[in-house]
Amino acid sequence: MDMKRDYYEDIELFKSGTILFWSILFVAALFVAPLFLSNYHLYLFNLVMVHVIVAVGLNILVGSTGQIALGHAGFFAIGAYGTVLLMTKLGLPFFPAIVIAAFISAFFGFILGLPALRLEGPYLAIATLAFGLAIMHIIGHTELFGGRQGLTAPVLNIGISQWGLNWVIKTELGKYYLILIFTIIMVLLAINILKTRAGRAFVAIRDSDIAAEVIGINLTMYKTLAFAVSSFFAGIAGGLFAFVLGFFDPFTFNLILSIIFLVMVVVGGLGSVMGSIAGATLITYLMYDLLKNVDEVPIVGNLLVAFSGKFLTTTGIDNFNLVALGLVMIGIIIFEPLGMFGAWIRIKKYWKTWPF
Amino acid sequence: MAYFSVENLSISFGGLKAVNDISFGVEQNEIFSIIGPNGSGKTTIFNLISGIYRPDAGAVILDGKNLVGKTPDRIAKTGIARTFQNIELFANATVMDNLMLGRHINMKTGIFGGAFMFGKRSPAAREEIHHREKVEQIIDFLELQSVRDQFVGSLAYGKRKLVEVGRALALEPKIMLLDEPSAGMNTEEKDDLTIWIKDIREDYKVTILLIEHDMNMIMGISDRVFAMNQGQKITMGAPQEVQRHPEVIKAYLGEEAIN
Ligand SMILES: Nc1ncnc2c1ncn2[C@@H]1O[C@H](COP(=O)(O)OP(=O)(O)OP(=O)(O)O)[C@@H](O)[C@H]1O
Ligand SMILES: [Mg+2]
Repeated sequence: MDMKRDYYEDIELFKSGTILFWSILFVAALFVAPLFLSNYHLYLFNLVMVHVIVAVGLNILVGSTGQIALGHAGFFAIGAYGTVLLMTKLGLPFFPAIVIAAFISAFFGFILGLPALRLEGPYLAIATLAFGLAIMHIIGHTELFGGRQGLTAPVLNIGISQWGLNWVIKTELGKYYLILIFTIIMVLLAINILKTRAGRAFVAIRDSDIAAEVIGINLTMYKTLAFAVSSFFAGIAGGLFAFVLGFFDPFTFNLILSIIFLVMVVVGGLGSVMGSIAGATLITYLMYDLLKNVDEVPIVGNLLVAFSGKFLTTTGIDNFNLVALGLVMIGIIIFEPLGMFGAWIRIKKYWKTWPF
Repeated sequence: MAYFSVENLSISFGGLKAVNDISFGVEQNEIFSIIGPNGSGKTTIFNLISGIYRPDAGAVILDGKNLVGKTPDRIAKTGIARTFQNIELFANATVMDNLMLGRHINMKTGIFGGAFMFGKRSPAAREEIHHREKVEQIIDFLELQSVRDQFVGSLAYGKRKLVEVGRALALEPKIMLLDEPSAGMNTEEKDDLTIWIKDIREDYKVTILLIEHDMNMIMGISDRVFAMNQGQKITMGAPQEVQRHPEVIKAYLGEEAIN
């Protein structure tokens, strides 16, 4: 083989014309989609995109580095509270505020990563879970953070008011475009991270930490780095989330949310960026749209309402949301352990050989 | 003084003296083999050298510096690469990525540089391309082209052993520790490997420490052989000499008598 190869091909963002074409088409579709969407659906899309950012970041930690994390709602909260407080208390413009908040979140991620060096599996799960709960309670008991009453997000001014540059985003549509741009950037950063030296080191640690060490990878550094990076993503997402909701309190960032984040990554397929995007989309849709109004689903809805009325408390119907989510997760793990990404690979293979 | 040496190295596990006062010196560019029956402490010596175990006593000296107490990643950075008897590859990464990981210490791109790899001229992309070229040379050298983009977990045993050698080579080490590289290979693969190990010494200027059970291979490529049993040295010298040594014969026959 003396064919001169262009090694850039291997690391290009878009490895082929086909991928480039579909990527452009997909992004273009996302830019024109709002023309056809109601405000409610824009809100839902905004939520989806915020979750995509969290899931893509969490995937770097859980999927690529192989460390479990059950406290990401905590980092999400740090991003949300940090961004809002930096804007309202310190008067920082939006962009520096969200980036600084994300770095604060990353710093906490780094700190949490330190004990993770000695903990594995269930022990790490418990440590991260405790962290998430601690953040929730600290926020809930601190005046500065609005205590249990919560915080209201300020006007979303993405200009710099100090310089007389005001660009206020008031509508769901405006938020949609802002979040879309953030999401595209964060996804591209994640893809690049996983394709280069640090990303390979993460995978190395997951597959064989002993081999990773003897090729010169500093386990301490890269394990904590994975925590910091994924917390940074959650921080950015949290900063955006604050404005999607407009108002939030400590309970917004509860343990269930941390679990849901993990479910998104697992359902999408561990280790795959595209899988995380798909997982976040599916789970957000299920949780916040389809199953939220489970009582309105034809036939089944009525049955569930009757069941809930008979056997559960008045708020019981909401629990079906989580039960259904659990069923989806169990189903995926039984039938497609590689998640949606695995299913996609199989479908692609199938069509390649179809109809033979 | 020798280029690389271990001096009075000892470690016990519980009451078992797995490595008991072992010393030897290796010259630059030598192929130095360690032989001994199963459980005699060969792999443990490698684990001590590469920092996976910390010796109870003794020193590991490269270029006049003692490596004992350094973590495995620091030892890798001083120029010691190794393979494992039971293969420790990154199973869910491709052959290419495994070898690129071997170049980790020769690269600089950090998390930010990597994240912002936009365009062919970005520093990260330029470094990436440069090192991919280097890895491609190793892929050509070890004839791994056909499996270049396959996941390592799906490869045949012999191929995986080879990828591990390639990964060690990718570090551009001064010293390479090969732990039974030919185990599980067929005769043809063994012959190729023998030639490649010689080439690694000649062309890449690497000093090689080799643990092997295959006597043909040992006789064919070693400059010197170190024989041990039950954690202790039996003898050290030219391959033929060691092979004829009565204690060595006894150690091996003893083993065969048991088997
Ligand atoms: N981590 C450990 N804990 C306890 N015992 C150990 C440990 N590592 C090695 N040993 C013991 O030390 C002795 C030497 O083992 P070692 O793996 O070095 O042998 P070896 O010469 O490489 O054998 P083989 O040819 O079978 O690979 C064995 O008795 C082994 O059981
Ligand atoms: Mg051994």
